[in-house]
Amino acid sequence: MSAQPGAKKRRQLTTAQRENRAGLAFVTPTLVVVLVVVIIPILWTILLAFQHAKLVDIQGMGVFGNWSLHNFTQVFTSPGFWPSLFTTLAYTVGGTAGSVLLGLIAALALRKPFRGRGLLRSSMLLPYVAPVVAVAFVWQVALSPQYGIVNQWGGKLFGWDNPIAFLSTRDYQVDLFGFHFGLPLALLTVIAFETWRYFPFAFLFLLARLQAVPDGLEEAARVDGATPTQRFRYILLPQLMPVIALLSVLRFILTFNKFDDVYLLTGGGSGTDVVAVRVYDFLTANFDVGAAAAQALVLAVVLMVLLGIYFKFFAKKVQEEA
Amino acid sequence: MTRTQFEERLFGVLRWVTIAFLAVITILPFYYMLLLSVKPIDSLLLDPGSLWVSGKDFTLDTYRTVLKSSADGGQGFLRMMFNSALVSLGTVVLTLAASVPGAYAISRLRFFGGRQVSALFLAVYLFPSTLLAVPLFVMFAKLGLSGNLAGLAIVYVAQTVPVAIYMLKNYFITIPVSIEEAAALDGASRWQTVRRVVLPLAMPSLMATGLYVFMIAWNEFLFALLFLAADPDKWTVSLGLQQLSNGIEVPKTVLMAGSVVLTIPIIVLFYAAERLLTEGLTSGADKS
Repeated sequence: MSAQPGAKKRRQLTTAQRENRAGLAFVTPTLVVVLVVVIIPILWTILLAFQHAKLVDIQGMGVFGNWSLHNFTQVFTSPGFWPSLFTTLAYTVGGTAGSVLLGLIAALALRKPFRGRGLLRSSMLLPYVAPVVAVAFVWQVALSPQYGIVNQWGGKLFGWDNPIAFLSTRDYQVDLFGFHFGLPLALLTVIAFETWRYFPFAFLFLLARLQAVPDGLEEAARVDGATPTQRFRYILLPQLMPVIALLSVLRFILTFNKFDDVYLLTGGGSGTDVVAVRVYDFLTANFDVGAAAAQALVLAVVLMVLLGIYFKFFAKKVQEEA
Repeated sequence: MTRTQFEERLFGVLRWVTIAFLAVITILPFYYMLLLSVKPIDSLLLDPGSLWVSGKDFTLDTYRTVLKSSADGGQGFLRMMFNSALVSLGTVVLTLAASVPGAYAISRLRFFGGRQVSALFLAVYLFPSTLLAVPLFVMFAKLGLSGNLAGLAIVYVAQTVPVAIYMLKNYFITIPVSIEEAAALDGASRWQTVRRVVLPLAMPSLMATGLYVFMIAWNEFLFALLFLAADPDKWTVSLGLQQLSNGIEVPKTVLMAGSVVLTIPIIVLFYAAERLLTEGLTSGADKS
């Protein structure tokens, strides 16, 4: 790089060389931290996944040796693995779509100034910034069949006959217009929670982008006689599409790995057994580190495959449309 | 009525309906939390649907229970808040120290491997924390660091560094290069330029990033549960509250008081620095 072999006298470095040196010097501390706290642990997870490792054995165990696929056979053959993967997917798609859509609606509604907009805008970020433990308990209490406000008002306003146990009903039977079907109520409730908690994030980014759309564009469309829906469809949506795509990918990744929301609301019961909660169960139930690592790794690989498919087939299209 | 008129009227009405709906779903849950925390449990059970607390029912006993130390028969939340504050502040300091130089380098300097490093920092953002939980859990058990608050702060750095790099980088890009060039002409070294010129200019961004990191650390739950569950003296507020909820005899109103105690520092911080924070988060959003 910038070393000068053979040059005994210190030569004046070119600007590019000095910049190169400074760049490397500046980036090294950050890189080291990222390696130590993120990259190495992840590599270690991969190793652990292929080892038969209980926490008590780890003390005497070398990093290598005793390779086996036992953990993976255990993961794949354990009852409930495939359903839980499916639950994770449903939860992720629902939560992502919900939060981005509600965020978009909110951004459109708050786009033009009105009295109190600033205050409402900041209040709308509360679900996002508030501690998850606190808001999860508020939901639990509010949805409780015994003392929850939702069931009280539901009975009063909509005439519910019996209180509904939102967080512990796996299959809620509904009769609607002569049709009879079951709803995965607990799963829908955690999806609603996810939507509620993260729509402010999407709202924030979409509002920022909306406010950067030049007025002239819409003015011109209005003069040409475009209706509000047409203006949204042909002017705003194409402008927003890159942000929407980015938000969707981000939310998808983060929701796919989400642990605390579901764990705190339902403990993973009643059909909300997402994979992240299973990892935790493996890790703490009998300290089966190997099985937990294998489960986490499977989760990460599924996510990578899904992202790969997205980037291969759809990312380009979104870019082109925009 | 033409289609345009129809739509404009329709959306004019829908807009206010939406605004009202959004206000209800975001503010009401927090009001409900506050309301329940100042009620005796009997009055909650008697009339669960009430949105008000009468003067004679109003009580602060729940807060007394939650805040008093466990030696005095309370839940010891004051001590937990102290723990949380310690961990969060430590995380902020460590994260900023770890991410400022790197963010500066990838936003400003051209160097060998710069693009790869930049891509790596972005990729780290997407690594699932469940993947990190297992090895960190093992590592801490091995090093005997379980139940150690400093150790927890280091784990949190893994969670916050990627976001911090992202936020800082977006800000550094907006600082005009000419200012730095002027400093260089005056004979300042690169490091002097960063310390005396860039960092003061980047103060708003440093504050915003620090605040955001503080919030993440204060709100975090999974790692606190994994590392501290066995040691009540070291519990953070989030963990303490969750453990409190496992107790059978704890009334829900006390739980709500705990929730308020956990939430208030974040809300105060957030309203004090809301503009800074939202701008810090979304800067660059309109360019993407």
